[in-house]
Amino acid sequence: MVPLSYYLVLSGILFACGVAGFLIKRNIITIFMSIELMLNGVNLSFVAFAAHWHALAGQVFVFFVMVVAAAEAAVGLAIIIAVYRTRETLNVDQVNLLKL
Amino acid sequence: MTSSLNLWLIPVLPLAGAAINGFLGKKSSRTAVSTIGLVFSGAAFAWALLVAWRFSSVALPYQEYVAHWIRSGNFSADFALYLDQLSLVMLLVVTGVGFLIHIYSIGYMWDDPSYYRFFSYLNLFMFFMLTLVLANNYLLMFIGWEGVGLASYLLIGFWFSKDSAASAGKKAFIVNRIGDFGFLIGLFLLIQHFHSLNFTQVFNQVQPLAPETSGAGLLTTIGILLMVGACGKSAQIPLYVWLPDAMEGPTPVSALIHAATMVTAGVYMVARSHVIFERAPGALMVVAIIGTLTALFAATIGITQTDIKKVLAYSTVSQLGYMFMACGVGAFSAGIFHLMTHAFFKGLLFLAAGSVIHAVGGEQDMRKMGGLRSYIPWTFLTMGIATLAISGIPPFAGFWSKDEILWKAYSSEHGGLVFWLIGVITAFITSFYMFRLLFMTFFGDYHGAKVDEHGHGRHSHDAHGHGEPHESPMVMLVPLMILALLSVIGGLVGIGDRFDHFLAPVFGSGAAEAAGEAASSTTEYLLMAVSVTVAGLGFILAYILYVSKPYLPQKIADSLGGFYDTVLNKYYVDELYARLFVKPLIDASTRILWQGIDRKVIDDSVNDAADGARHVSDEVRHMQSGNLRSYAGWIAAGSAVMIAYMIWLGVGR
Repeated sequence: MVPLSYYLVLSGILFACGVAGFLIKRNIITIFMSIELMLNGVNLSFVAFAAHWHALAGQVFVFFVMVVAAAEAAVGLAIIIAVYRTRETLNVDQVNLLKL
Repeated sequence: MTSSLNLWLIPVLPLAGAAINGFLGKKSSRTAVSTIGLVFSGAAFAWALLVAWRFSSVALPYQEYVAHWIRSGNFSADFALYLDQLSLVMLLVVTGVGFLIHIYSIGYMWDDPSYYRFFSYLNLFMFFMLTLVLANNYLLMFIGWEGVGLASYLLIGFWFSKDSAASAGKKAFIVNRIGDFGFLIGLFLLIQHFHSLNFTQVFNQVQPLAPETSGAGLLTTIGILLMVGACGKSAQIPLYVWLPDAMEGPTPVSALIHAATMVTAGVYMVARSHVIFERAPGALMVVAIIGTLTALFAATIGITQTDIKKVLAYSTVSQLGYMFMACGVGAFSAGIFHLMTHAFFKGLLFLAAGSVIHAVGGEQDMRKMGGLRSYIPWTFLTMGIATLAISGIPPFAGFWSKDEILWKAYSSEHGGLVFWLIGVITAFITSFYMFRLLFMTFFGDYHGAKVDEHGHGRHSHDAHGHGEPHESPMVMLVPLMILALLSVIGGLVGIGDRFDHFLAPVFGSGAAEAAGEAASSTTEYLLMAVSVTVAGLGFILAYILYVSKPYLPQKIADSLGGFYDTVLNKYYVDELYARLFVKPLIDASTRILWQGIDRKVIDDSVNDAADGARHVSDEVRHMQSGNLRSYAGWIAAGSAVMIAYMIWLGVGR
């Protein structure tokens, strides 16, 4: 049986990749994918713990996260399309409307 | 209380008049304004007469509770009125003379654009003065005291667009503040030691105390502090400087407020507090010395002045000094007697002076008058009577009261030969400068420009014809005549000490009275003869200098040189005060309070705080770059820090 630590290390690597991608990439779509990567890294640790402790709650949480991620993807993609239509770019550095 | 006198009506009626004229007068016609002004002040006079009529039927002192005011612990002060012989005299003087001056003002102020404002202020003054006179406690009296100060300020600065009038008003107000400061502290001491400001309660507690013959005690302190207040209001040394400047106000105001009524409030207050003063010989001595010095000092200034109203102003200061001298030697009733006759003849003098000024088109310099006798005979006649009265020529009013004071100054145990002597010298000077005024104004040749359309902007009503000096309208002459009549017969109430006896229930048969009766009447007649003689001498001297040899005064003035200049410039007291008090105060205010505290401390600390906030936020706002990835970076870094911190704490272990 694969020990718990393997899963957790993989989960950590996935999450770190997500964070790195979010910080480095400029394309909104890529950033969006990085977010998904982070979510799935977390999901992995959830199911790993659930299997390890034989507790079902972890599995349930994962479904919740997936549902929310799906909803977020729908809204997020819609926003991305709207941004592209108005600004004709997907570079986040050029979408700095929040600047004072 | 068997029958109510409804005393409260007397002050409230003029207040109603002031309110109506003040709020509605602007849109009303002059006739309506004068009707309201006259009706309400006249009604107050009528009611005062009614009170006098029913006076014998009420138990004295009569007190009337009007409304609840201050109740704090065991201290209380209510809107409550007090009537005794003293307040009755004041009541009649204030309402009577006040009413006459209201009538006179109709003629004098008719062409003024702010006609309604004048009557509103005048009625307001009546309200406060009557409150002062009728109050049954010091606090309510103080309300009236401050109120008349306010009315005086408003009326001195009536022509406020003129700079000198505005600053004269301010000067009067500020100088009075100094006096009020002393008055207030006196009141605080009264509260501290007697837990009351009610006249009856305070005096009942003071009554059993022994006179403070050895050294100054509490009562002496209170007495002197009250006298400081009286010095301010009644223009005594060292606070008299505001009164001559107050002549910037319209002449009826000078007559009513700055001669007949308000300035006598100090005398009234001292007389009202006689129970305290009688037990404080030190304070009495202070009152007598201040009064005597003021009488002499102001009279000497009066000799040199050429502005007709200024002469009368210094004369008023001098006569008030007489009243204080009377109070100071313990002859309170003589002081009140002189207060009353003075209200008649000095009110008359001012009104007549107003009539003269009216006649010559706003000119106040006596050197530009002269020979007016034939142009304005009625004014001349009434002013002549007033001059005879103030000079102390029998049988005119001033003779009786002035003689009473001089006699008491000589005979009273608090008095002495010095007081009498200075009093007589002052009487001589008074007679001299009053006849000088009369001769310069009415005798000789007319020196005024006959057709002069310029330089008379002083009174707006003088816009009409200049040319020949003209007699004033009837509405101004009638009050003159009534006051002239009173100046002739007003003193007769004092014959045989009747006035004394009338006021005796208030002042008690004091030591002064007893001593007066005891001394031989031969001395009294001798002193009387002396004072009449000096009055006559003053007349003769004035006649020689200003009628038969009019070139002499200039010669004398030249030969006196520097001394004459000193007196002419009022002993440089104004300049001295400016140097001693006003300038240091302004300098200190400018340097320390304005430039130092206001600019450097308050403004700078506020500005620095604002600058600091701006600098800090200037730096901080760069953090909000709008760059999404930098935000994410901050979040990641923050989370990392949090996690590191938790690991370091050992959460979960």
